Amino acid sequence: MKRIAGIIVVLLGAAAGVLWADALSINGAGASFPNPIYTKWFDEYHKKNPNIQINYQSIGSGGGIKQVTEGTVDFGASDGPMNDEQLKAYQDKHGSPILHFPTVLGAVVPTYNIPGVDATLNFTGEALAAIYLGKVTKWNDPLIADANKGVKLPSEDIVVVHRADGSGTSYCFTDYLSKVSEEWKTKVGKGTSPNWPVGLGGKGSEGVTGTVKNTPNSIGYVELIYAEANKIPYGNVKNADGVFLKASLASVTAAASGAVKDMPADFRVSITNAKGKAAYPISTFTWLLIPEKFSDSAKRDAIKGFVTWMLGDGQNYTEALSYARLPKEVVAKEKKALAEIQ
Amino acid sequence: MATASTSLPSAGPVSGSRSFLSRLRDGDEIARLITFVFAATVVLISILLVLELWHDSVLPRHKFGLGFFRTTTWNPVEGDFGALPFIYGTLVTAAVALFIAVPLGIGAAIFLAELAPPRVSDTLEFFIDLLAAVPSVIYGVLGIFIVVPLMRQYIAPSLKSILGFLPLFRGPAYGLSFLTAGIVLAIMIIPYIISVSREVLLSVPRDQREAALAVGSTRWESTWKVVVPFARSGIMGSIFLALARSLGETMAVAMVIGNDPKISASLLAPGYSIAAVIANELAEATSELHTQSLIELGLVLFLLTFVLNGLARILIVVTSQRGAGRARA
Repeated sequence: MKRIAGIIVVLLGAAAGVLWADALSINGAGASFPNPIYTKWFDEYHKKNPNIQINYQSIGSGGGIKQVTEGTVDFGASDGPMNDEQLKAYQDKHGSPILHFPTVLGAVVPTYNIPGVDATLNFTGEALAAIYLGKVTKWNDPLIADANKGVKLPSEDIVVVHRADGSGTSYCFTDYLSKVSEEWKTKVGKGTSPNWPVGLGGKGSEGVTGTVKNTPNSIGYVELIYAEANKIPYGNVKNADGVFLKASLASVTAAASGAVKDMPADFRVSITNAKGKAAYPISTFTWLLIPEKFSDSAKRDAIKGFVTWMLGDGQNYTEALSYARLPKEVVAKEKKALAEIQ
Repeated sequence: MATASTSLPSAGPVSGSRSFLSRLRDGDEIARLITFVFAATVVLISILLVLELWHDSVLPRHKFGLGFFRTTTWNPVEGDFGALPFIYGTLVTAAVALFIAVPLGIGAAIFLAELAPPRVSDTLEFFIDLLAAVPSVIYGVLGIFIVVPLMRQYIAPSLKSILGFLPLFRGPAYGLSFLTAGIVLAIMIIPYIISVSREVLLSVPRDQREAALAVGSTRWESTWKVVVPFARSGIMGSIFLALARSLGETMAVAMVIGNDPKISASLLAPGYSIAAVIANELAEATSELHTQSLIELGLVLFLLTFVLNGLARILIVVTSQRGAGRARA
């Protein structure tokens, strides 16, 4: 028994020694929505560059921003861009700014459960805002019915379901509602956990999906990748050009292309309700938050190397995991911005 | 619990009569010091916990003051925070849980300790201990897939039709509600009540029972009028352990309460609890005020548990003095 324990200790020590001696360890933390693709990327990148080991903890966007500001991780990740206040806090603490780098795109889709209705429903932005404001309470309300001619909607009360946990999904959804409804903007606003006027809170995507599945006449919203992975039916949403679109990887990438013209140099841009006939309106970037200045040049080069790879070959891994890839224009811009990291 | 003496435990009368050096050599003094440090750690952790919670909730304490306890808005977007709906939800769900679990738990404990054959009692006790060790997220899943649909389809409609005249059972029933959370909590805490109460009942001295039987009481009379009152303070202890558990339960409650920060008279309406909102929002809280308000909620929960436990201690002391007096008389 003792001998076995001894051997294990020696082996562990040797393994740790190998890891510590050879691999450069880089730590990141933040958003949970892109965690599957990040895990894949860091794993693939490590296979290609065995001397670089990137560790990522999906602790949530808020946590990612906090940790990178505190300096406890080398980079952060967030589903929503940092606001001016947070940027200033970072600048004050470190003396140099932090940069945003979009990595992939995600989308939010409305999902519903109405007994007797199998058709894919069309939703306008006004209808979604009115439902989540508690102003439209019946499924056969003209605001919903007019966009769904030929579908027999019941005269039942709508049960509204939203995320209870703070989430980038809620941020994207309320960001969209703020753009299409003045009343939503003034009464509720956008945020990772806004003050919902009505509805039940489900914990996590699985909580929202479970509640919608179990509750007749309910409506909820989930990430596209979650709906795809779990084969959950979802509705079409009317975009800024007046077209009812079903979310797909192509229509989400199109939303990003539509927003490229107005993209600020720091990439902090919302692409909800983007222009373009083929653009799905409830789409969002997710970002890596990378400090402009690194004191450790090895770490700096490793991170720059990773981002370069991620913008090139790395993008080929996106579709298999149901993430929409970045449009070419954004990739070109990011490659230019990468030079700013010193 | 209450019968324990109030004076500090000392090393005993022997230790005083020997020299410090000889006590040190024997190891008595070392053992005393080491165990004292261990015991002191418990107090230290509680104090540090409160200090930390207090220190990390400066912003909301200054901004909202006592209004934090009175207001019902919880709006992270606008930076406006009030704790009342969460305090309400925590207390209501715990009350519902105790209302259901106490009679069931104590009844089962009496059966196991007094009436069941020892072999049955021990076998069941094994399963009860097993139940007490099930992780709470499992109870949450059980709640979502079994209790919630049952609630929506059967329990809530029948409650409404029979007791609908009470404001407690009105309004639409989504299945996610104070009552659902209370029921799931009750399922979780019953094993605690049974397990502890059974032990306490079993430790009641034989002569108490024999004396009762000797003066002509039936088996049930001896159980109900002698054994249970004798074990009262221990049973109370089990109830307060269960109360503490239900106040602080997080996952299972977050999964079935509906997570809607509103105060409703109806038990069928969705609500929110302190532990649930902390678990839900802390990871993605982006503003400092939001984070600190959640930490202040943690402080509130700590104080709530502290106050309720204090009241419980007082209750035990008062009732056990009365009970003990009668038992001795």
